Amino acid sequence: MSSTANDQQTPDEQTARPVKGHVVIENVYKSFGDVRVLEGVSLDIKPGEVAAILGPSGSGKSTLLRTVNHLENIDAGRITIDGKMVGYEQRGDKLYELHEKEILRRRTNVGMVFQQFNLFPHLRVLGNVMEAQVSALGRSKTEARAKARDLLKRVGLEDKELAFPRQLSGGQQQRVAIARTLALDPAVVLFDEPTSALDPELVGEVLDVIRDLASQGVTMLVVTHEMGFARDVADTVIFMSDGLVVEQGPPREVFSSPKHERTRAFLGSVLEPAYNL
Amino acid sequence: MTPSSPAAPADTEPTGQRAEAQQRPEALTVVPARNPWRWVGTALVAVVLFGIVWSLFTNPRWQWGVVAEWFTAESVVRALGNTLLLTAIAAVGGFVLGFFLALMRMSSSGLLSSVAWFYIWIFRSVPLLVQLLLWYNVGYLYEVISVGIPGTDVAFFQAPTTDIINKFGAAVLGLTLHQAAYSAEIIRGGILAVDQGQQEAAASLGIPRWRRSTHIVLPQALRSILPPAFNEIISLVKGTSVVYVLAYNELFYTIQVIYARTNEVIPMLLVATLWYVIITTVLNIIQYYVERHFARGAVRTLPPTPLQRLRSRIGGTR
Repeated sequence: MSSTANDQQTPDEQTARPVKGHVVIENVYKSFGDVRVLEGVSLDIKPGEVAAILGPSGSGKSTLLRTVNHLENIDAGRITIDGKMVGYEQRGDKLYELHEKEILRRRTNVGMVFQQFNLFPHLRVLGNVMEAQVSALGRSKTEARAKARDLLKRVGLEDKELAFPRQLSGGQQQRVAIARTLALDPAVVLFDEPTSALDPELVGEVLDVIRDLASQGVTMLVVTHEMGFARDVADTVIFMSDGLVVEQGPPREVFSSPKHERTRAFLGSVLEPAYNL
Repeated sequence: MTPSSPAAPADTEPTGQRAEAQQRPEALTVVPARNPWRWVGTALVAVVLFGIVWSLFTNPRWQWGVVAEWFTAESVVRALGNTLLLTAIAAVGGFVLGFFLALMRMSSSGLLSSVAWFYIWIFRSVPLLVQLLLWYNVGYLYEVISVGIPGTDVAFFQAPTTDIINKFGAAVLGLTLHQAAYSAEIIRGGILAVDQGQQEAAASLGIPRWRRSTHIVLPQALRSILPPAFNEIISLVKGTSVVYVLAYNELFYTIQVIYARTNEVIPMLLVATLWYVIITTVLNIIQYYVERHFARGAVRTLPPTPLQRLRSRIGGTR
């Protein structure tokens, strides 16, 4: 994967300073039964920042991502987005679990793109992008349809709105999934290995869409195995191992002079394979 | 093996011609393998089938004239209507109640899931026949049905049990409650078959829980629910014949009443059988189209319906 530089970002796109989408993760612990997955993770992702989360499998990357929009409960610690917790409300020294309705409302602020796309197979592409706009945000169908068409155009699929997901290629499906998430105008978008289920030649089209998004001021947490993408697009690279954040910093620093032994070992295994990409 | 088969290339053949034949496979003649025993088997089955059909038309004891006479008799048609009504109510009621039971069974609330488990356990344990008789005689246990606050004398509604649970009421209750227990498990199975990622995607998009169940999960679950559900409806059609124990005027009871009077047992049973066959056939056709509807999105292209196939064949020969 070669380094196509950041030069696609035009200056005027960067002028608008995003104010929404500040993700703060404080001392988060999580176990599944006896298996401890997160062992005190703390992160501060600024509004509009693109953070790539790297690490060996089983290091807790995906779990961390899923706790951010409350798909997983956490055992200890707290996660806030713009000062608000997704699943709880703090009053005094007690945490009150929020009602389903309020959790859902807060979730629309945090989009999620899955490794397996998880499009709704029984709905057409247009229906997939409209559904949550209508049922979660209460937009009118006309409004939702216009928004959906707009986004499908942006991801280059305006001619596919009447197709069913299974009639599309993996790359096209993932782009629909991204459009579906963006339709809710989230301040934060979580990407859970968005290109891992794709054929190699389809990875590029999805990364292009994500790269385009990175220049729009949406805060993004991207769990990925695409080192080239992390190096080119991310503002911060976060390296996780055994449920802990081992190292974080600008991609240039982490990739060229990793401080931690485990980061070095991991980068060595993924960046210098016997064959040259 | 023919000399020109590719496994044994014949040296005598001119090489130029062979190369040409290999380039264009359609130029080679395909000789199908011969299966003489298939012909013997086919002939045997044909003879047996002919024998059965022949006997149907030549044995006078089938009394086809009597069958024709009673087939559309007013009493039979009215009884058929009752059978269809019972089936429709029990099927719709059973599946609606079953859907709620399935959701309860999968609920994180211990009470709800235990109640659903208990319901399914008890209603699958008690034979339908016993249940129907119990419901019909429930007036013996509770003379009055009243809706009010338990433990007090407050009642908003009160009526003698026998007024509400007559023959029809007992039949509807028994069949519906029985059906709900089986439907609940079928629906639960269908819901479990839907990928967990669908729930997660819907939840992460903020889609409300009820809408997630009805608009995201259920339509996908229906694909695996439909075949066993139609199985249930078809056995329910015939299951209604058990209601004869309540002397309710459904198809089978009416047929029995008639042959008890006329002594034409076999032809009357034929009348009932033919009607059950017709209902099942219609349900089969409905099932085909309903399943096809819910296959949208699950298969890349839907195969043509038998009608479309027929039409294209007629169009093709023209």
